[in-house]
Amino acid sequence: MLETTINGIKFKNPIIAASGTFGFGREFNHLYDVSMLGGISSKGLTLHKREGNKGIRIYETASGIMNSVGLQNPGIKGFIKEELPWMKSLGNVVIANLGGSTIEDYIEGIKLLNKTDIDFIELNISCPNVKAGGMALGIKSKIAFEAVKATKEVCQKPMIVKLSPNAEDIIEMALACEAAGADSLSLVNTFKGMAIDIKRRKPVFDNIYAGLSGAAIKPIALRMAHEVCKNVRIPVIGIGGIYTVEDIIEFIMVGASAVQIGTANFSEPLICKKIIEDLEKYFFQEGINNIEEIRGII
Amino acid sequence: MQYTTTKVLKQEKIASDIFVMTVNYNGEVALPGQFFMLKAWENQLPLMRPISYFKKDSDTISFMYRVVGKGTLLLSKLKKGAPIEILGPLGNGFPCDQVKGSIALVGGGVGIPPLYDTAKLLMQMGNQVSVFLGYKDELFALEDFAEIGCNLFVSCEKGNEGYKGFITDLLHCNLFNAVFTCGPEIMMNKIALMCKENNIPVWLSMERRMGCGIGACLVCTCETTKGMKRTCNEGPVFNGNDLIIN
Repeated sequence: MLETTINGIKFKNPIIAASGTFGFGREFNHLYDVSMLGGISSKGLTLHKREGNKGIRIYETASGIMNSVGLQNPGIKGFIKEELPWMKSLGNVVIANLGGSTIEDYIEGIKLLNKTDIDFIELNISCPNVKAGGMALGIKSKIAFEAVKATKEVCQKPMIVKLSPNAEDIIEMALACEAAGADSLSLVNTFKGMAIDIKRRKPVFDNIYAGLSGAAIKPIALRMAHEVCKNVRIPVIGIGGIYTVEDIIEFIMVGASAVQIGTANFSEPLICKKIIEDLEKYFFQEGINNIEEIRGII
Repeated sequence: MQYTTTKVLKQEKIASDIFVMTVNYNGEVALPGQFFMLKAWENQLPLMRPISYFKKDSDTISFMYRVVGKGTLLLSKLKKGAPIEILGPLGNGFPCDQVKGSIALVGGGVGIPPLYDTAKLLMQMGNQVSVFLGYKDELFALEDFAEIGCNLFVSCEKGNEGYKGFITDLLHCNLFNAVFTCGPEIMMNKIALMCKENNIPVWLSMERRMGCGIGACLVCTCETTKGMKRTCNEGPVFNGNDLIIN
């Protein structure tokens, strides 16, 4: 009943754990069986291991959080060796979220992932917390076009491109990625934000700006998902402040084929499990047999 | 580690901004120095709050905390019978089985509570335990430590009781086989440096802003000689030789 298909790959339900909030799934698997999820998007990976940013990495705001982790990760080789076999053993869809600072790094990373049994590559062109080019990729659609085109040429896996809400024009950005060969899109990543420690008279974050997520961003994320879904033909995965089954239905109604749950995992560690159960109940109560019946009706 | 909704049994104000909240708990036994993520609100506050436990028995666990912001203020307003969500026990705790002999525990402010059960366990294991408690002004939890029969040293910056000044002035680390500390980072750093100079093993219980509390989100890291390590998972207690102290 809850099945959804993206680029020919079947998800048993449209709930995907969002990159950066779920590690590789092991920790949450102590709390519930994470194989029940439609999919898991890995912590953002880079070609080489990264230690991430110094200083404060998380800050609570009104109905949201800001983060500045800076892609701390074991590197793609470490991921393939230490994490991927376990993730694949779960039996749900495994997505490698791939970040980078140069096109060459993305390409090298994709080549390594091509040789594995990973289901998807989610190209993160939108991390606001890595200096050296990461952000420009997500902002300028011309730069994004070139990056997606170059990476797609070597990519033998279905490629999701994860968009930044900080793009100059989200529709233009989505169209550019589609034209460059993206198989699907996920949106949105975090909004570039700022917080000041007024006692210290300094920015809270060493990087000055950080990424805002959580319930605060949902209406904007939904609007962007709507705009993108109306303009592209490829599947869209909705992300941004999803906490309830109603939030998911909203994203499906504007055209999303699946959703990712991120920040909500922090305050409600069992939320993905609960939301799958709630979604099943909702479909049953409303007499919906298939996501496609309500997808994109708005 | 378990995530459950339980009930508040008691909420006591023990100093002007310090509370002890006792809740029903019969989950996995917490080890000295471990902590829980607590939440008693909906999404207006998107994060749970990491708080070390203070005391435990077979079916309750208590948390001593200072009201410092919105989350702890909401916690302090919970009355008997109120539901509260708890996730834990989390983190590694103090390595009580790695020390032997004469042990110093040094706590400052709300770094004091996790030392209570640590002192108790170390005494049970046959060690000589000296507890150093540093306060700014108001004293709290003194009687609790007095009851367990450890050696007690007290300092108060404002001079209300005990030695007037910093607790670090009272600690002669070379008299001990090992030191555990929890409190303000400036205090712990000083202790770590003193211990290192004297070749005394020292462990610090670190505090960081946390997201998930279980090791998935990587926002609570401490810089160590082995890279950035998760305070919620590889910590909160780190060996002084591993931590990079700024």
